[in-house]
Amino acid sequence: MKLSVANLNSHYGPAHILFDIGLEVGEGEVVALLGRNGAGKSTTFRSIVGLVALREGQIMFEGKDISTAPTHEIVRSGLGYVPEERRIFTDLTVEENLEVGRQKPRPGAPQWTREKLYQLFPNLGEMKNRPGGRMSGGEQQMLTIARTLMGNPSLVLLDEPSEGLSPKIVEQMVDAILAMKTAGVSLVVSEQNLHFAKLISDRAYIIERGRICFEGTMAELDARPDIRDAHLSI
Amino acid sequence: MAFYFVQFLTGLASAASLFLVASGLSIIFGVTRIVNFAHGAFYMLGAYVAFSLTERLSGAFGFWGSIVVAAVVVAAIGVFVEMVLLRRIYHAPELFQLLATFGLTLMVEDLVVLIWGPDDLVGRRAPGFKGAVDFFGQNIPSYDLFLIALGPIVLGALWLLFQRTRWGILVRAATQDRDMVAALGVNQKWLFTSVFALGVFLAALGGALQIPRDAVHHAMDLRIIVEVFVVVVIGGLGSILGAFVAAVLVSELNAFGILVFPTISLILVFLVMAVVLVVRPWGLFGKKEAPARRTPGLTVIPWRPLSSVERLASLAALAFAAMLPFVSGNYALNVGAEIAIFVIFAASLHFLMAVGGLASFGHAAYFGLGAYGVAFLAKIAGLPMIVCLLLGPLLGAAGAAVFGAFAVQLSGVYFAMLTLAFAQIVWSIAFQWVAVTGGDNGILGLWPEKWAASPSHFYWLALGVSAVVVSALRLITFSPFGYALRAMRDSPLRSESIGINGKRIQWTAFIIAGTTAGIGGALFAYLKGSVFPDNMGISLSVDALVMVLLGGVETVPGAIFGAIVYKALNIWLVSQTDLSKLVLGIFIVLIVVVFPKGIVGVVESVMHRRRTAAPKAAPLSAKMEGAQ
Repeated sequence: MKLSVANLNSHYGPAHILFDIGLEVGEGEVVALLGRNGAGKSTTFRSIVGLVALREGQIMFEGKDISTAPTHEIVRSGLGYVPEERRIFTDLTVEENLEVGRQKPRPGAPQWTREKLYQLFPNLGEMKNRPGGRMSGGEQQMLTIARTLMGNPSLVLLDEPSEGLSPKIVEQMVDAILAMKTAGVSLVVSEQNLHFAKLISDRAYIIERGRICFEGTMAELDARPDIRDAHLSI
Repeated sequence: MAFYFVQFLTGLASAASLFLVASGLSIIFGVTRIVNFAHGAFYMLGAYVAFSLTERLSGAFGFWGSIVVAAVVVAAIGVFVEMVLLRRIYHAPELFQLLATFGLTLMVEDLVVLIWGPDDLVGRRAPGFKGAVDFFGQNIPSYDLFLIALGPIVLGALWLLFQRTRWGILVRAATQDRDMVAALGVNQKWLFTSVFALGVFLAALGGALQIPRDAVHHAMDLRIIVEVFVVVVIGGLGSILGAFVAAVLVSELNAFGILVFPTISLILVFLVMAVVLVVRPWGLFGKKEAPARRTPGLTVIPWRPLSSVERLASLAALAFAAMLPFVSGNYALNVGAEIAIFVIFAASLHFLMAVGGLASFGHAAYFGLGAYGVAFLAKIAGLPMIVCLLLGPLLGAAGAAVFGAFAVQLSGVYFAMLTLAFAQIVWSIAFQWVAVTGGDNGILGLWPEKWAASPSHFYWLALGVSAVVVSALRLITFSPFGYALRAMRDSPLRSESIGINGKRIQWTAFIIAGTTAGIGGALFAYLKGSVFPDNMGISLSVDALVMVLLGGVETVPGAIFGAIVYKALNIWLVSQTDLSKLVLGIFIVLIVVVFPKGIVGVVESVMHRRRTAAPKAAPLSAKMEGAQ
């Protein structure tokens, strides 16, 4: 297994958010984490990379226990994280944003350079010196993914990449995710949009109120409209 | 004309050191969000270390080498401080960070006197810059010209560092979003330490470069830190260009202010700062910040008015305190009256801090204004004591009304810096305006009238007034006004959206706190029989902060206990050791690091735990809160 999470419990202050989350991601796999707003998708990601202070459970990445490691060590070991709110450095230019994400090449993981990323996201190549604060939402979303890829991760947690984007940009996003998969990056993508998830994922987990309530392939999910209606419909 | 030009150049030369120190403070704040009060102490250390090195190493290389080595040595001390102390308090509320770094300042002040002695030290002239340049009959020291050139060079070097190096890009990114930088694999600890080292290096360099211009002495830290706070408030905290422009502006205002108002030159700087704050509260080059980080609750015990049993117990304690004159001598009564006065002072600050969430670092200004108010009324107008006591505090109220109107426009560290700067301005007016205030000699011969003259009578007076003031503040705390004030403290946005006029409420609270502090000051003037500028000095402001903190900032009666314990300890300590600042500094740092809830906070949480120990669910939520 590339990443395996077992019995993950997380808290924000006195509030218990995640209950015994378990998920597994195989080498080169794209896994969707589906659920409604507030179901616990982002908290799951934030817990895996160590941004939630109060977490318990086993998190294994490439055979190493990372459940108590600090965030920067987790990320440096090859686990990339793209946050939901994008969190572009608005005062920094596109190039500078990419520079912040740059890490040494990692054996066994695809290696990214600025040039390769400008091919993957041609819009970015046309605005290398533009400050992040003066980019559209779609461009920021591309930049935040490219920034994480500069760290040469072998697995990326991608939090709601399609949120708030126009259909045309969503198409580009699908292509980019499939290109990352082809390059050999494993992915966990959180989504509310089932249609988008179907285009990119091999398997899916459904999370509701902090608990995993379904696990299976996309075909298995298709065969269970009851589950889809109970946990995903808006 | 030539004279004014030379005066202008002198101002520019003074701006160089000020810019170095202010940019260091700004850089550190940008990334770590700590306003490093100890920055002035590092500046002073830079000057002392450079003095010692230049005395030992001769020649041009010796001099310039010493300047740089001194800055590096002090930066290394800074790294040690960051790793040992600051790393423990990065997540603490900003008040605690300010206090801890202030504790460091106190320690350094005593250590400097221990190592280098109390006398002013006059350093060497810089080799190659010993002479003066003639300009239409006016002399300009050539070293000043060197400093004038240095400022823009350092500005340029810093610009290159932040724009062109990976380190600089990481620092700028971390200034905006620390967590995201960590989520991209950057080790924050290392980044913070290196940023702190650079900031301290700049401060120490600023100090070291002053030795050919000015004598090195052990009070230079407070003088520079107040100017630096003014500079960063004007220029915008976090902006290096802002630090440069504001340093030039403040230095020029100082240079020309002396010509316009020779005795009260700081007024000019104050006026400019006031205008800037009204027009751009976040400074000329600063950015409007997202609402300041809220102070997280250390304790979860909700406030409530006293129960009837507790009311009786308080009355009994008061009656017990009133028995003191029957069992002890005059010295104890004097100490007792002083403690009662400081209970008033601490309670007034506590009201502002705990209920209003506004941590003033210059509360002594209003205490001192009350004292001077009494002195003016008694000595100049010759009014009877009771009238003086009633009207004197109004000077504190007036000061609080003026300064408070500006201060409440800001919050968090800006508020703290601004109140400190205001207090320092009031202090320097009292110090410099000799014709009215008597300057350093103060106003003497201010004795109580017959009815209050005996130590026991005066003790009863102080105790009675302090009981009335504390009860009044408590009443206000649990009144609708107090609720509105707490609502503003906890969420400005939400309280404004339910129709609370937040700034007005905070301004009123500031005036209430200033007036009550003035009442304390008025009594203090009669207790001591005199008033001095030190009655409004920084150390008195910090005493009050420590009392509040020691008692417990998140409790209602904390200030009372804090004032009693601290004042008694302080009086005892001063009689025991010459190094009281060192001991006090260590004490402050220890409270912040190991004891942040204060005396009352600890007692309350122990009692709370006992009361709620029976149901099993309670400890969990308490644990969560503690870990947050």
